[in-house]
Amino acid sequence: MLSEYLNIIFLDSLKILSLVIPVLIAVAMIVWVDRRVWGLVQLRKGPNVVGPFGLLQTVADALKYIFKEIIIPAGANKIIFILAPVVTMSLALLAWAVIPFGENIYVTNINVGILYLFAVSSLGVYGIIMAGWASNSKYPFLGALRSAAQMVSYEVSIGFVIVTVLLCVGSLNLVDIVIAQKKIWFAIPLFPMFVIFFISALAETNRPPFDLPEAEAELVAGYQTEYSGMMYALFWLGEYANILLMCAMGSVLFLGGWLPPIDVYPLNIVPAPIWLVVKILLLFIVFALIKAIVPRYRYDQLMRLGWKVFLPISLVWVIIVSGFLVYFKMLPVN
Amino acid sequence: MKFNRLIKTIFLSEFVKGLYLAIKFIFKPKATINYPFEKGPISPRFRGEHALRRYPNGEERCIACKLCEAACPAQAITIESEPNNDGSRKTTRYDIDMVKCIYCGLCQEACPVDAIVQGPNFEFTTETREELYFTKDKLLENGDRWETEIANNIKLDKQYR
Repeated sequence: MLSEYLNIIFLDSLKILSLVIPVLIAVAMIVWVDRRVWGLVQLRKGPNVVGPFGLLQTVADALKYIFKEIIIPAGANKIIFILAPVVTMSLALLAWAVIPFGENIYVTNINVGILYLFAVSSLGVYGIIMAGWASNSKYPFLGALRSAAQMVSYEVSIGFVIVTVLLCVGSLNLVDIVIAQKKIWFAIPLFPMFVIFFISALAETNRPPFDLPEAEAELVAGYQTEYSGMMYALFWLGEYANILLMCAMGSVLFLGGWLPPIDVYPLNIVPAPIWLVVKILLLFIVFALIKAIVPRYRYDQLMRLGWKVFLPISLVWVIIVSGFLVYFKMLPVN
Repeated sequence: MKFNRLIKTIFLSEFVKGLYLAIKFIFKPKATINYPFEKGPISPRFRGEHALRRYPNGEERCIACKLCEAACPAQAITIESEPNNDGSRKTTRYDIDMVKCIYCGLCQEACPVDAIVQGPNFEFTTETREELYFTKDKLLENGDRWETEIANNIKLDKQYR
């Protein structure tokens, strides 16, 4: 009995570690990719000194942050202040549990995978609100308020985007969603939804042009203002883990997850996880490019885009897609 | 007009153009100089670290006329002098407070014998303030170390003076 439990615990933690460690390394690398792409667009070279091609820049930065002093403001709510970055980081890692890297390669395969993903990525806003409130200072508070409103607005349209995908699949299981794209990736028939998902993902992860919660130019650094040392680094890594998660979500929902672009010989012998990683990376590079080319939205423009443009468009598309499926009798389940 | 704008907004045309431009810029040659490993060009007139020069026979050029001390707007230069045993006037003390110095170049303009000059070196950071109070020894050592570059720069700049 005991050995059975130990076996389960040991095997499961091994499984989880074999997911979390690559994800953490990927987060470190993705920060480098981001800075590099951003630099290249601005005719700079980006970090290229630490390690080969500057790949170890993030490691160096993290080491620096570890040795810096953590300052907790006198007026801050200590417990929540310390908890906030931990929540952000752990939630960003938690969601990876259901991402399928292949037909049988996943940590868990739950039937409501997409719902779980959606729920956990929505919970991410708590980290920011906690940070903003616990700092007991005006800029973090304003940043947290903005982020709460922004993330809630864009989650609505992400929800509808997911609904259209689910209508085409007939299952909430992420493995089923990927397998349903064997014939054609959803990015092609549902292209407008893909664009809406992508832009909402930018807003959801506080990336430019929707980086109002941190807005260096007006809010100092928004909800991160009072943070220093490793706690700041945790926020920063959590943010990138979230971006990576959004890219993974985008590739699973629209770009056929682990499936090769076309099912022909040299492409279909490439291991499944590599396809997913390539897709995530490509989506992330677009994320990084967008950071380089867009100015920040004004807050009312942000709200207008979320509620007056994306919400109606995605609603109409849900109706169009469901009407189409019913009319042509293509509903996946009866 | 309004319809055009609507079409543009719906198809994100400005955005796609921006994305195309960004991708084009990725492959352009970069403007960065990898600073500690490669350095940009410096004009012969560059006003960097100070140096006191010598004549080729090893004699100090400085004649302690104190024109540089008088010209210095930041009052960074302190000079004390005494007649030498061959009757010429030489400095016994020539200090430049590099913390006060504003690198205006007026000392080298004032110098009648090209003794005090500002060389091409700009990488002389120190870890303490005290190390930036340059004494005569330090300045002469700088002059010895940078003599070839300084002489070359003076030669190149001669025609414009």
